[in-house]
This record gives sequence, C-alpha cells and structure tokens, in this order.
Amino acid sequence: MSVFVNSDTRLLVQGITGKEGQFHTRQCVAYGTQVVGGVTPGKGGSLMDDIPVFNGVREAKEKTHANCTMIFVPPPFAADAIMEAVDAGIELIVAITEGIPVLDMMRVKHMLKGSGSRLIGPNCPGIISPGQAKIGIMPGKIHKPGGPIGVVSRSGTLTYEVVFQLTGKNIGQTTCIGIGGDPVNGTNFIDCLAAFQNDPETKGIVMVGEIGGNAEEDAADFIRSNVTKPVIGFIAGISAPPGRRMGHAGAIISGGSGTAKAKIAALKSAGVNVCENLGLMGEMCREVFGGI
Amino acid sequence: MKVHEFQAKQIFRSYKIPVPDGDVAFDHQNATQIAKGIGKFPVVVKAQIHAGGRGKGGGVQLAHSLDEVSQHASSIIGMNLVTHQTGPEGKQVKKILVESGVNIEKELYLSLIPDRETACILVIASEAGGMDIEEVAALTPEKIIKVFINPLSGISPHHCRQVAFGLNLPASVIKEFSQILTRLYYLFVENDCSLVEINPLVITKESRVIALDAKMDFDDNAMFRHKDILEFRDLDEEDPLEVEASKYNLNYINLDGTVGNMVNGAGLAMAVMDTIKLAGAEPANFLDVGGGATAEMVEKGFKIILSDDKVKAILINIFGGILRCDILANGVVEAARKTKIKVPLVVRMEGTNVEEGRKILAESGLKLFTAVDMKDAGEKVANIAVS
Repeated sequence: MSVFVNSDTRLLVQGITGKEGQFHTRQCVAYGTQVVGGVTPGKGGSLMDDIPVFNGVREAKEKTHANCTMIFVPPPFAADAIMEAVDAGIELIVAITEGIPVLDMMRVKHMLKGSGSRLIGPNCPGIISPGQAKIGIMPGKIHKPGGPIGVVSRSGTLTYEVVFQLTGKNIGQTTCIGIGGDPVNGTNFIDCLAAFQNDPETKGIVMVGEIGGNAEEDAADFIRSNVTKPVIGFIAGISAPPGRRMGHAGAIISGGSGTAKAKIAALKSAGVNVCENLGLMGEMCREVFGGI
Repeated sequence: MKVHEFQAKQIFRSYKIPVPDGDVAFDHQNATQIAKGIGKFPVVVKAQIHAGGRGKGGGVQLAHSLDEVSQHASSIIGMNLVTHQTGPEGKQVKKILVESGVNIEKELYLSLIPDRETACILVIASEAGGMDIEEVAALTPEKIIKVFINPLSGISPHHCRQVAFGLNLPASVIKEFSQILTRLYYLFVENDCSLVEINPLVITKESRVIALDAKMDFDDNAMFRHKDILEFRDLDEEDPLEVEASKYNLNYINLDGTVGNMVNGAGLAMAVMDTIKLAGAEPANFLDVGGGATAEMVEKGFKIILSDDKVKAILINIFGGILRCDILANGVVEAARKTKIKVPLVVRMEGTNVEEGRKILAESGLKLFTAVDMKDAGEKVANIAVS
C-alpha cells in the first residue's frame, strides 16, 4: 500500500515540452510511472518521445483517462495551470514550480475548496511511492520500496537526505511526500499524517519541517489526538536569523513566531521523537523504527 | 522587496490615500526648498532607511522654522542611525523625507498582510496606534482587531464597518476611513504586497484621516509583473554580497559566523547551518545554489563566499538530485582555479553521478577534505574553523 499515488496512477505532465518538463518526464517514465499524456498549449497533436501532447488538460483527461498531473509551468502561468487542472477534475495535482506569487496561490487555495482535487506543492519535489510511481524531481534510486515508513517534508533536498539515511539503514518507504516550501500550499502535514495513519502498510512516520508559519504546531496538535504510529520529527532552521527569508518563500521567522525552537517544543509535547542533528537521523530511525 | 517611506507614500498618493504634503531631499538646501513649498510649520524631517524605530534612534525631528529644517536636515543626512532593526552597526542615512506636520487627535494602527493559514488577506487594526504592534498584541490582545478577506470575493463594505466599529471611530470619519481601507486593499492586491502597514494612521483635529507613516513590502516572486515597483529598489539598503549573489539567482544571506557554506536546496542549506552550529562553530552565510544550478552558478557562489573576509573554512554539502555531482565538482574546480583559495575546504557529496563528481575532485589536485556524511562534514569544518 501507499498513499495518494500507486502503480495505477495515470499521469499527465503540464509543461511537458519545456526543458525541465522533458527531462523529468523521461526520469519518471524510466522509474516506471505511467505517463499517459502531456499538455503544452499550441503543441497539441505532437508527441514528446511517444507520449501524446494536448492543447489543454480537459481534452488530455478525456483522451487518456489521466487522474493525476505534474506541473512544470513557469511561475507567471503556474496558478492558471493548476486552476485548469482543477476545472478539468483531475484528482491529484502535483505542482513542482517554484516562485508562484503568494496572491495567486491564495486564490488557487480558495478555488480548491469544494473541488474534488488535491494539490501537492507548489515549490516541492513531488511525491513518490517507491517501486510504484515517481511523480516529481526526486532521484528515484535513493528510495527503497516496500515500506514501512511514510515521509512528509516541506523541503526537497532535505527529504532526499532523510530518505538516503533511511535506505542506508535498510528501512524502506511506503510514500514520500514533499508538500513544498511556499507559505500557501495545497496538501499540508495533517492531510499526510492522516493518510499515513490510515495506511495499514505504513508503520512509522518521518516529518520534516522548517521555520515559518505554524504548520508544525498544528501537526503536533493533530498527532497528539489522532496518530498512534511512532513519529520522528526534524525541524530545520534553529540557526536562522529572524526576519530573513531562508530561500523558501515560507521559511521566515516573523514577529517572534515560526521559530524552530517553538516547533521542536510543540512536537516534543505531542510525543514526537525529535531528531536535533540531521547527521543522526538514520541512527534515530533505526532505534525508533527498528522493532517494526 | 522593501521600499522607502517616501516611495510608499508616492504609491499611496496614486491610490488617493491621504498622506501629508512633502517630498524627499538629499541635502539641506533641498530640504528647505521643500519646506518653503509646504508653506507652514511645524515640518517633520524623517530619515529614510529600510528599518523601523527611526524616531527612537534620533532619525525623526520636528522643525518650526526654515533654519531648523536646514539644521535637522544637515544633522540627519550622513548620520549613522542605529535602531532595533538595523543591528548595532547602524545604517548611514542618505536621504530624508520633509513633510508637513498634522494636528493629531487620535493615532491608530492599520496593516494588511497575506495570512498563510487561511489564504486570506488579513486586516489588522488597533486603537493603540504609534506603538509597536507586537508589543500591543502581547500585552493587550483585546485591542487588536483582525478581519479576514477572501481574495476571490475581495473587500466589501461590511469588512470596513467591522474594522471601523472595532476601532470605536467617531461617526464623522467612518466614511472616509472605509474609503481609505478599501483603496488600501486594492493597492495591496494590485501590487502583490506582502505587507502594507500604517503606524500611525491619524485622525486630525479637523476630522481628517491621514497616513502619517507608510511601510510597504512586496512579494519578490511577483515582481515580474511590477517593473514600476522594481524601479524603487535601493541597492544602498542591501548587503553588497547579497546584491552580487542576486545577479546570478543565488539565494545568499550574509551572517555573522566564520564557516562559509554552499548547499543545494533551502531546507538542506538551513539544516547544514544548524549542523555547523551543533558542531560548535557559526555559519558565515546561507547559500542555496538551487536545484537547477549550473557549473557557472556554483563558481559564482564560491566566489561570493571567498570574498567574505570572515570566512575561515568552507563546507560544501550537495545532495545531487537535479544538480548532478559532476557539475558541482566542475564548478568547484573552476572556481578554485580562478580564485586562489586561502581557506580549507570540506566537501560532502551524495546522489546523482556521485562517483564522477568524486573523481573530478580527486584528480583536480585541490587540497580538500572529504566527509562521509553530514555529521562528519559538520565536525570536520567546525574543527578547522574554531582551531
């Protein structure tokens, strides 16, 4: 089992003919993901490798029965691309694009409410159920199929580091989800924690957060009353100065809130095993998840 | 992106939001000229820097004559202004705002920000104007009014009423206040602001509502559609190394420590800084070369770290996903050849094409330390930097 994506996932790629889109589509295909079509307005009717390209998402969905889309559209047009996918009724939308204006994402967020679509990202590495489907830009081979650990994270390369250490200790993953580093995103920690809690094959969870906002504090409250599986947490940014945006648009300590210290305290109070030195993540996973 | 108060007031004027008469000056002659134009006293002389707390630091003065305007202008321009937001080193003042004083009846606080949890535009208002709003929120949270506006439906009269009644405004100014709040909302969304703050917004003895101060911050990610706002960028207010880095799309922040570091990905970069700190040293910077970095970007990043005199050792930690390890290795070797490295270098690489990357570094003849994992990397670089 896995959450959100599996070997039945039928993927569209919006922005498939761009440089990034092409490169990562090929990587996903090589991993075994079913890429059934692509969308680039104006290039409908052509092929990218042997994948059919369409002018719009609605047409692509009708012709390919896709249930998922991965977005590589540049920031000025990315919110529109997400909304097009929502309008077409795509179930899962994975937005890789970094740099979408906050106001655009705020409108998207309200449009998503009441729709049947789930958004992962933006500004994220995507989602992978190892051995089944890779929808995103993460290096596939660092993952180990078969579970039993679910990983959820706000960061890209930081997730790779965590997964690399897990795999190094011979601990596999059910699904790894990058929820993205933007202040306004789709799927949040709580959605992922709930999905992992309900997935019988996921026996433990690693949650990787960072400074800014209070998503980790909310997640801690949720864990306290809803999650019975062991959780390991890591928060990046204990050394980050206040008031500065640390690369990710959402990673900023403002007005004394959003600090790593407060997040670590919240997670600890909810019974989460907090790893304070990333170099020791693998060790800690072996200790906590070893008996699973 | 931040702008100066005088620039924010320029934008306010274009949205018909009342601000005091005035203009920016670069010397005392300029300043007296502007004061003459205003034609009445008192006149306020305000230092223009990108930091709050200017009044407490002596950067805001009241003048009752042209002589006083000239005196204050001369003393403020060129002064090193230290406030709680500038850091102890302060900031040199290069320009001032000279504007008309007003007869204050009541001071209010009003701001708009994007609220990340609700994806709404949040209006924050308080009767306790002129004070630090974070202090007000901590001491007297009941004095803070919050109204959330859905960006799809936009601002409605009921939002304005909610704020106006919450502020106990006299009936005589409610209409004007509502108009100002509505205009402020459009100013906010049409310019992709990440903050608009008026502290204080004043009610004058003549029952007028005027923005005495104006602070604006913009969403960097939206500046592609606001070329006019980009004109307001003031490079004097930014760290020179950060300006240099931004030319190459590098995410660089200059910090106080001695360990330079270069990482791909913002989250991992923060975690590397934390690892350096845990190992007993302090990071000299945050530098995320990004997922799609080229050898040239790596080289530029390397040069920026090397031009920081504080740096005693450098740690490069790359997890190759999109950025392949061989590309990184080539960038490092190129940069090392062009700039003579005087400080020890610790490299830790993992991920795509790691074997090729390691080979390139090993065959380069560069003197460097390799680390097997993050913990090892942090400890090695900290040992060098603190010894």
